[in-house]
Amino acid sequence: MKILVPVKRVVDFNVKVRVRADGSGVDTANVKMSMNPFDEIAVEEAVRLKEKGIATEIIAVSCGLPACQETLRTALALGADRAILIATDVELQPLAVAKLLKAIVDREAPQLAILGKQAIDDDANQTGQMLAALLGWPQATFASKLDIAEGRATVKREVDGGTESIEMALPAVVTTDLRLNEPRYATLPNIMKAKKKPLETITPEALSVDVTPRLKTLKVVEPAKRKGGGRVADVKELVAKLRTEAKVIG
Amino acid sequence: MSILILAEHDNAALNPGLFNTVAAAQKIGGEIHVLVTGPAAAPLASAAAQLAGVAKVLHADAVHLDPPLAENVAATLVDLTRRGGYTHVLLAATGFGKNIAPRVAALLDVAQVSEVIKVDAADTFVRPIYAGNALATVQTSDPVAVITVRTTAFEPVAATGGAASIEHVDAVADAGLSKVVDRAVTKSERPDLASARIVISGGRGLGSTENFRLLEALADKLNAALGASRAAVDAGYVPNDFQVGQTGKVVAPDLYIAVGISGAIQHLAGMKDSKVIVAINKDPEAPIFQIADYGLVGDLFELIPQLTAELS
Repeated sequence: MKILVPVKRVVDFNVKVRVRADGSGVDTANVKMSMNPFDEIAVEEAVRLKEKGIATEIIAVSCGLPACQETLRTALALGADRAILIATDVELQPLAVAKLLKAIVDREAPQLAILGKQAIDDDANQTGQMLAALLGWPQATFASKLDIAEGRATVKREVDGGTESIEMALPAVVTTDLRLNEPRYATLPNIMKAKKKPLETITPEALSVDVTPRLKTLKVVEPAKRKGGGRVADVKELVAKLRTEAKVIG
Repeated sequence: MSILILAEHDNAALNPGLFNTVAAAQKIGGEIHVLVTGPAAAPLASAAAQLAGVAKVLHADAVHLDPPLAENVAATLVDLTRRGGYTHVLLAATGFGKNIAPRVAALLDVAQVSEVIKVDAADTFVRPIYAGNALATVQTSDPVAVITVRTTAFEPVAATGGAASIEHVDAVADAGLSKVVDRAVTKSERPDLASARIVISGGRGLGSTENFRLLEALADKLNAALGASRAAVDAGYVPNDFQVGQTGKVVAPDLYIAVGISGAIQHLAGMKDSKVIVAINKDPEAPIFQIADYGLVGDLFELIPQLTAELS
């Protein structure tokens, strides 16, 4: 069974982003970039399925600038077998990415696509569900446990108030939540080996996919700053202030 | 313009996020319809018909819409959107809405705008990106706008005052792609985290599941919901659905009390729009104090029992 794992290159989660003064977006020049954390969980899950003998091949895919090759090399170092870069400098929105991934699925015929539930840059939480819709596949989003047996996937999902288990026939789309697994670190020997693994580059045009953005970003601004920093000396003062100044408790 | 909103419910009550979503729809303008799904949802369709601002309720009572699997609900929502000629499809940005909305958008071949916090025009919306560290104003060029609404950003409409008609509608046939085999949902006596007036959240500083009981006693006193930081969830102190932050729930209560939480960017993303923030932490340099209205430095294991006693 082949598994497709899309990975996104994003501003590292530790970086505090700066909004450009002209309102055109956030500053990503000279900022540390990493694999989207939820995609690391997706890669890890695929690698574990391969280690269990359930998956035979893991294909990592990324869409965007040539620099996404670094993210693909990371996926290869973590255990993916080969990688595909869909190279474009057009701003890619979730629907366009889902269409690109569908084109790769049509070509590669994987039985499972595992995606991060959300990218920490645009916080859209859309691509996995959109890919499932375009393929007519079932979906299990926000997965905290994944079992594959006899051509079916059983997925425990995080839902409001607890969990829900969904059983679906493969092929299917799964999106990862935090508790699915704890991703491993790439070891130096594996990072070296990853450099020799195949990485193919293809364009949206070659896949006959129109990636024209549907949403136009008119402006990006910083949110209003919260005025904090107030201190109280003890519990008595806190309760008094909450009662008489903030008036939020009776 | 006309707007179709998908209601979330548990067969017992409408999810209150619907009230905020109707409010967001009113900012867009046009006639507002609400879709309620499931064979047992007739009383809930009636409840939705009472909501201020709702003109019509559609009730799709097909058996295969309960439980509300994304494949089946999305297919029916897409069909109704096409047949009704709706210009907007809205869902609350809850786990339910996030699961279904993108499937609807992709089937309609339109973009989705996630977690809208402000409506600038019928085609122009404001949404947070980068964990709320930037706000993007986006304009859609698609014939239908599929939107998830950040409920905390819109004051809910009144639960009564409306008198919408109720119309039965057919569902698209069962896709038969997936089924729910188990549900482990705990019904808490406490207010719902997403809509509670007071939220008390614990972080890694709590140190254990047992220590979270300290917060329960305080929550009982204040009739508050309990939340947690990602660190506390990762450490296994509490279930994942307690998580407040970029990757969990976004809350904006009247009072948010952060206990033993340092204030990572991803946590602040989930609570910084609270009206009043209290931080209790032993580290005076913790970033949470920079956004707290009332910071109290000290040992939470002494301060929380004191606070609980003081409120008695």
